[in-house]
Amino acid sequence: MRVTRDLDLAEECVQDAYAQALTNWQSSGVPDRPGAWLTTVARRKALDLLRRDATFKRALPFLVDDSVDADPADLVSDGEIPDDRLRLICTCCHPALAQPAQMALTLRLLCGLTTTEVARAFLVTEQAMAARLTRSKKKIAAAKIPYRVPPAAELPERLTAVLGVVHLLFTTGHTAPVGSDLVRRDLVERATDLARMLRQLLPANPDVAGLLALILLTDARHATRVDRTGRMLRLDEQDRSQWNRAAIAEGLALVRQAIAVGPPGRYALQAAIAAVHAAAPSWEDTDWDEVVSLYDQLCEIWPSPVVALNRAVAVSMAQGPKAGLDALDAVAAEPELAGYSYLPAARAHMLARLDRYDDAVAAFEDAITMTSNEVEIDDLRTRLRRLQADRAES
Amino acid sequence: MAQYLVLIYGDESALEAAGEQGYNELMTGHMEFGAKNEKALAGGNALQSVSTATSIRSNGKGDFVVTDGPFAETKEALGGYYLIEAADLDEAIAIAKQVPAPSGGVEVRPIRVFD
Repeated sequence: MRVTRDLDLAEECVQDAYAQALTNWQSSGVPDRPGAWLTTVARRKALDLLRRDATFKRALPFLVDDSVDADPADLVSDGEIPDDRLRLICTCCHPALAQPAQMALTLRLLCGLTTTEVARAFLVTEQAMAARLTRSKKKIAAAKIPYRVPPAAELPERLTAVLGVVHLLFTTGHTAPVGSDLVRRDLVERATDLARMLRQLLPANPDVAGLLALILLTDARHATRVDRTGRMLRLDEQDRSQWNRAAIAEGLALVRQAIAVGPPGRYALQAAIAAVHAAAPSWEDTDWDEVVSLYDQLCEIWPSPVVALNRAVAVSMAQGPKAGLDALDAVAAEPELAGYSYLPAARAHMLARLDRYDDAVAAFEDAITMTSNEVEIDDLRTRLRRLQADRAES
Repeated sequence: MAQYLVLIYGDESALEAAGEQGYNELMTGHMEFGAKNEKALAGGNALQSVSTATSIRSNGKGDFVVTDGPFAETKEALGGYYLIEAADLDEAIAIAKQVPAPSGGVEVRPIRVFD
């Protein structure tokens, strides 16, 4: 892609390479390094196009114009393949681009999704997504967002944006914000692939290890998150024997690496929490004190009302519903949590455990009105009905 | 190389409140910035206070409405600018980060080139 120095052209070449991959791999099998193969094919396509029409190249807006006059073939020689992808993801996730645009560009250019598929991933019209992508690419060209891996001093800041995009892709896929499916497998798989790619490129980085660990450990539960009828199963209802043990083993090894050097980062701590769950034989027999302690550390380096809310749930398990409710009340007024359905849902569970029936019913109803994912709504309704049934019996 | 306009935004009342010492510190900051980035600087000016601004709007039919005040009322007003030369946006951002803007921040805009 560095060959072309032009995103539009790079995009076409990536598309062509993917199309060719499907044809070739069906007849001759998947090569040892599919990523490298794709980049090589994309590069060859780019060279073909550039040689065919040198003026075409000059007419297009360049990412970096310091080598406009160079022969395209000269630009190929020093291209280490993994670096090309790191360069591309650093450009896609440049902080001068808005985060939705960063995610869209990453899916389009690194994962090779079509504009239609990217539009579907973000539940916007194809037209709107095409406009967003065009706007971003125009900004990259007009403002000259460089196509390169930032210098070491800037890399941590940039890596934060890159990891943020991959993490957001994963969470968007893990619990789809709206719609009739709980999980968007495609987004989860893209995020996992990107995290693995980053891991390959930056094997010593603890934040990268932490993010991949978090994704693997969380996704290890995916087969057990809904039952056969599509009803959502919470952590306490899941059949833990069905969790993906290979993913958990890989995730645990990565967590150990992520926390081995220096104070653990945000993803390492979240992964460590997921690791405690992965290692626990049941919801009740989870080391809740350890979970609370990890959330305490997370609150310190990543203070967010959502983290505080999750911490309150852990407190309710470690120290009882009253302590949990106190912790929840301490953050309930945060404006960021206004309209956040997990707040009344968590409150409802704690109130039910405290036998505050009417308050619990009201909290469940609040949570239902705030939720847009149909599977989650069904779960809340089921829990509300169960509470009402328990009440009727007693 | 490309050119970028670095627009400096700030809260004028904060500058007033900072008094003479604050003003002197700000000026020293700009002198230091200028000395350090001499090669990249292609121009720049400080503007008079926003209370001296006059806005002229056209109705599109040849008539103009002239009013007192800036084009858009904002807490942080445009107070000055630098025209800089940089290889790319990252270099421009690195320079822009050094511009003193104690009560606000800066906006970086690439200069449009017509060919």
